Amino acid sequence: MEIRGKAIKYGDNVDTDVIIPARYLNTSDPVELARHCMEDLDPDFAKKVRPGDIMVAGKNFGCGSSREHAPIAIKASGISCVIAETFARIFYRNSINIGLPILECPEAAKDISDGDEVAVDLGTGKITNLSNGRTYVSMPFPDFIKEIIESDGLIGYVKKQTAGK
Amino acid sequence: MGMTMTQKILADHAGMDKVVAGQLIKARLDMVLGNDITTPVAVKEFRKIGAKKVFDVNKIAIVPDHFTPNKDIKSAEQVKYIREFAREMGIVNFFEVGQMGVEHALLPEKGLVVPGDVVIGADSHTCTYGALGAFSTGVGSTDMAAGMATGEAWFKVPEAIKFVLKGKKGKWVSGKDIILHIIGMIGVDGALYKSMEFSGEGLSCLSMDDRFSMANMAIEAGGKNGIFDVDEKTIEYAKEHSTKPYKIYKADDDAEYVETYEIDLGTLRPTVAFPHLPENTKTIDEVGDIKIDQVVIGSCTNGRIEDLRIAAEVLKGRKVHPDVRCIIIPATQKIWKQAMLEGLFEIFIDAGAAVSTPTCGPCLGGHMGILAKGERAVATTNRNFIGRMGHPESEVYLASPAVAAASAVMGKIASPEEVVDYGD
Repeated sequence: MEIRGKAIKYGDNVDTDVIIPARYLNTSDPVELARHCMEDLDPDFAKKVRPGDIMVAGKNFGCGSSREHAPIAIKASGISCVIAETFARIFYRNSINIGLPILECPEAAKDISDGDEVAVDLGTGKITNLSNGRTYVSMPFPDFIKEIIESDGLIGYVKKQTAGK
Repeated sequence: MGMTMTQKILADHAGMDKVVAGQLIKARLDMVLGNDITTPVAVKEFRKIGAKKVFDVNKIAIVPDHFTPNKDIKSAEQVKYIREFAREMGIVNFFEVGQMGVEHALLPEKGLVVPGDVVIGADSHTCTYGALGAFSTGVGSTDMAAGMATGEAWFKVPEAIKFVLKGKKGKWVSGKDIILHIIGMIGVDGALYKSMEFSGEGLSCLSMDDRFSMANMAIEAGGKNGIFDVDEKTIEYAKEHSTKPYKIYKADDDAEYVETYEIDLGTLRPTVAFPHLPENTKTIDEVGDIKIDQVVIGSCTNGRIEDLRIAAEVLKGRKVHPDVRCIIIPATQKIWKQAMLEGLFEIFIDAGAAVSTPTCGPCLGGHMGILAKGERAVATTNRNFIGRMGHPESEVYLASPAVAAASAVMGKIASPEEVVDYGD
């Protein structure tokens, strides 16, 4: 599956409190959460994001609170994929579990600039920066994680596992 | 090659003799935790699985602590939703206002976690129970849902960093100062995906409350878990609080660590993390003149009885600075009662501090002490990210209860030495 979109770039240590501030956690409605996504870091995000856009960031993306509302808000805002140098582990799990594609690729994360056109092949993990023609290969997912992704997230996976029990 | 403490606990819970770092395993869960923010999402996901019941009504804990007592209608609706779920499923450990506390102070106190357990919680500070020699880690709501249905979770077996503690800490140095020092040293991603294992003869000077504070903040270094060697203090705590059987795991002598740090506790000073990352640490001697508007003493990091006692020691017979609001939040009902019986509240009230019912409240900018634009707080909490306690242009400085109390008196970030030793 290939994704194409414009890069929206952020720095290191983007925490889940800025991805979705706690003052909005009295709801879990994805549409409402998306309205406030990235608000404290980039107040214009909700206005400028277009369906298919790709979020690119530095180290330790999604650090802090375990709120699943963070990947939910990003996904509901229209972001098709997040590429970062590294991810904080709970955010990584949560994204896989809810079906938000994320790719760990330090080279791509450093090289891609805000506004670049980017193509991502989720099957192979190949990332192409269409603005300068460079390509990168992200860390492949372990088979077990692929199985979760192919089951449309952890709930689909558990349903398969528990089917007939 | 041997296994670390964490690897041994995980191997045992996966029904395996041996695991190695990087291996993906499924482990049996002894406890699955959620709060009023994360459980509503977990319940929705649980419904999608189609399970009719939870795996074990005794091994799930639901603690509405973040926006409780309900701060607004939406929060009340969220708690109502999970309360109904808990009743329908017959979940034993649902803690209502009046019995509840901040989840990570509450679970050990209620004896729901003991040494050797594997615990997941849909809250990043679930790593707190590592103080008891348990493997515990934060996950998201979907993991909580799957855990409630199956009693299992998948893990990637982590590598470990070893922290060998030596020497004896000074009077005004607490577990909080030690963990802030460590985060300042290795950075907010210094332990990414890894275990932080704490051992060494220096442990003997650390109370259980010190250890809870330290394990609590393993996540602030990116750690998967923080875990302490089990000693007499741990066993005493487990026996006092729980009837659950416990198991002591020890790291093998030839366990592999990606890094080992030796820390001489005698050299540490009270430490403060500046905005907007817990790694931006300075010792109290380096902070300079920073005026503050608010002090918060509480949270899953530092709302325990020893935290309140040391705050009282600093505040006794003194007044909170007229430019400062000082808010003290005992973490559980039991701690609240103990503090009341010890006369700590009289000290706090006479000093001009406010005492709250247990809640996470201001720590995550929920309620009970939100900051306006440009305001600064010294807080005994665990995060100082942008907007964490309120307006995106407010600031949070993380510190120990002793430093927070001294700062409340002085109206600026201050050492307890400046306050308590003055004129003595």
